[in-house]
Amino acid sequence: MWDFLQTYGGRLAEGTLVTAAQFALATAVALVAALAAGLGRLSAHWPVRAAATTYVEIFRGTSLLVQLYWIFYVLPLFGISLPKLTAGFLSVGLNVGAYGAEIVRGSILSVQRGQWEAAYALSMSPWKRMRRIILPQAIVLMLPPWGNLLIELLKGTALVALIGVADLMFVAKQINGSTFLSAEAFGTALVIYYLLARVLITPAMRRLERSMARRLGRA
Amino acid sequence: MTFDWKWDFVWEIAPRLAAATLNTLLAAGSGYAIALVLGLALALGQRTRWPALTFILRETLEFIRSTPLVLQIFFIFYVGPQVGITLSPWVAGMMAIGLHYSAYLSEVYRAGIEAVPKGQWEACRALNMTTRDTYARIVLPQAVPQAIPGMGNYLVGIFKDTPMLSVIGVTELMQTANAIGSETYRFLEPYTLVGVIFLALSLPTAGLVRLLERVLRRKLGM
Amino acid sequence: MELSAYPLELPPDDRPMVRFMNVTKSYGSLVVLDDLNLDIQRGEMVSVIGPSGSGKTTVLRMLMTLESINGGVIYIDGKPLTHMERKGVLVPADEAHLRRMRASIGMCFQHFNLFPHMTALQNCMEGPVQVLGLSKAEARDRSEELLKMVGMIDKKDQHPSRLSGGQQQRVAIARALAMRPRIMLFDEVTSALDPEVIGEVTEVIRRLVAEHDLTMLMVTHQMGFARDISDRICFFYKGKIEEQAAPEQFFTNPQRERTQQFLRAVKDAD
Ligand SMILES: Nc1ncnc2c1ncn2[C@@H]1O[C@H](COP(=O)(O)OP(=O)(O)OP(=O)(O)O)[C@@H](O)[C@H]1O
Ligand SMILES: [Mg+2]
Repeated sequence: MWDFLQTYGGRLAEGTLVTAAQFALATAVALVAALAAGLGRLSAHWPVRAAATTYVEIFRGTSLLVQLYWIFYVLPLFGISLPKLTAGFLSVGLNVGAYGAEIVRGSILSVQRGQWEAAYALSMSPWKRMRRIILPQAIVLMLPPWGNLLIELLKGTALVALIGVADLMFVAKQINGSTFLSAEAFGTALVIYYLLARVLITPAMRRLERSMARRLGRA
Repeated sequence: MTFDWKWDFVWEIAPRLAAATLNTLLAAGSGYAIALVLGLALALGQRTRWPALTFILRETLEFIRSTPLVLQIFFIFYVGPQVGITLSPWVAGMMAIGLHYSAYLSEVYRAGIEAVPKGQWEACRALNMTTRDTYARIVLPQAVPQAIPGMGNYLVGIFKDTPMLSVIGVTELMQTANAIGSETYRFLEPYTLVGVIFLALSLPTAGLVRLLERVLRRKLGM
Repeated sequence: MELSAYPLELPPDDRPMVRFMNVTKSYGSLVVLDDLNLDIQRGEMVSVIGPSGSGKTTVLRMLMTLESINGGVIYIDGKPLTHMERKGVLVPADEAHLRRMRASIGMCFQHFNLFPHMTALQNCMEGPVQVLGLSKAEARDRSEELLKMVGMIDKKDQHPSRLSGGQQQRVAIARALAMRPRIMLFDEVTSALDPEVIGEVTEVIRRLVAEHDLTMLMVTHQMGFARDISDRICFFYKGKIEEQAAPEQFFTNPQRERTQQFLRAVKDAD
């Protein structure tokens, strides 16, 4: 095992960096898409609602792998060629964003009625009401489910290896292919994913939850 | 190659995709069956008198939930032969999906069991029922209806994760679409059709699960 | 007192149906029952009363073996319940021993705890079939007879959610009796009921006292009812028996200051 890490540690580390980058970029895409679609589904204008609903249903109704292949292999036929790195994080981000949109929508709807009415009574504009009163409270509600969703996102990034992005999964597969050290290669990669999830993402989300709660004066 | 949708080609590949759809459903069904049974065993395993067992199970399940399914599929498929168990792609794939989702389902069962009021356990004790009878006749019949919405969501989830089986060569939809693509150099129709098939199957199923959830909530007076 | 100092069995001439001997129960540092000594004779009906938190429920739950005890021994019909004999001394009972001993005890709860997925009849048959191994037919006969006794025979095929609180509690009593216990425990069985249905449950308990040779221990807040049907009243205060006496004596001439205060407070509340 020690020999294995000495020989392949460097490559696994590079793969991990690519995975981390894919994770960060996909998270950004997912947040934007989720917020846009989540708010869109609550819009008063039906075309906006329809567009948001279509996005959410298509991306939740099919598989990430199907979406990834479609974006990477079929979109070019429409004249949109994306480099594999971009196709990778974009697919993962859009897929997770569709699930995130439901979280956004759900948490906005569960902000207490009284808060909406109070903002109404202050005759705030709808946009101001959303931004200054409702969203800050909704964000506290949506953080815990987002914590779980980000773990799913990290797991989702492993699929970008299948279009050739040299992430952690890709490196593990390559090492397995050239050395047949399957247990070591895949096992080490599994442990790294686990550590990323449990040592980085989960504690970071917990900290964020606490600080958001404090800002709203709830802790 | 530019954008031109060919209906002839669609009809030509339709039978192959239909057969592959059956395989996908079969894979999802068998993976789900494994996950249902194993998940229950893992949920009950966390409720024994041995805290060490509970701890080990919790951590293992946490590990399984936090790591990519596709990597687990590779791990089982390639490491199996190294320890003397050669697995066909189907068997390895079913094991991986079953194990992965049993980790999620065990949480669903656990929540369902914990939602059964303490008084029910005490009534069983007062009637001198065995632990086995208490679970089989009183607790699980109340826990499972609670768990059904969660169970339904993971059925849809398993179905959508079956394309990952293509990485070890299980001939489900994705694998078939890949094969068609590399034989004909046409990707538009196969990949789009796969997407449409997934939509056509998962949207109604998800809707059905939501309906079931509403009906159950009403029936259980929740 | 060391466990070795407790008798393995009570002598034949001193065998109450239930004996609490120096029983102590605590949750962490909170001592709920302190060195409790209490005998209940065969066929006796004892009512336990006292302020909230005085440990009344705990006494019943220990007897039903829903709670373990921290000190002392409980005997049932002269045999240890909470302990068993091992190499000539008492050791804490294992599950098999508890199961054997528990068979002679039945309990009714404040919130009924009927099984919601079973009908009234199925609730009553569950124990006899699954635990006692009776045939379905025998269990059905026994259960229907008891449901008749509690006046619930015409609702036997209803699920608990379709029954009123009083009706549910009567089914729960039938369910407990179907196991043919020798000791019955009632923990505030009327406390969760609407005032107008309390009578139908107390009526059933009255009939049990009159017609059956059961040993009963009942926690209640209904002083009048306790006075009518009990052989003895036991007043708990802060985990100890403050006073116990026959009902007449207890209610007309309480000896202790705290008992008098409690009875006055209860009377004022009425
Ligand atoms: N599981 C528990 N953990 C900690 N403390 C407990 C527990 N169960 C009971 N207690 C405490 O033990 C004491 C006695 O409780 P018990 O339920 O026996 O009172 P009670 O006399 O039945 O009161 P009430 O009339 O309110 O039913 C109380 O102080 C209660 O808070
Ligand atoms: Mg009580």
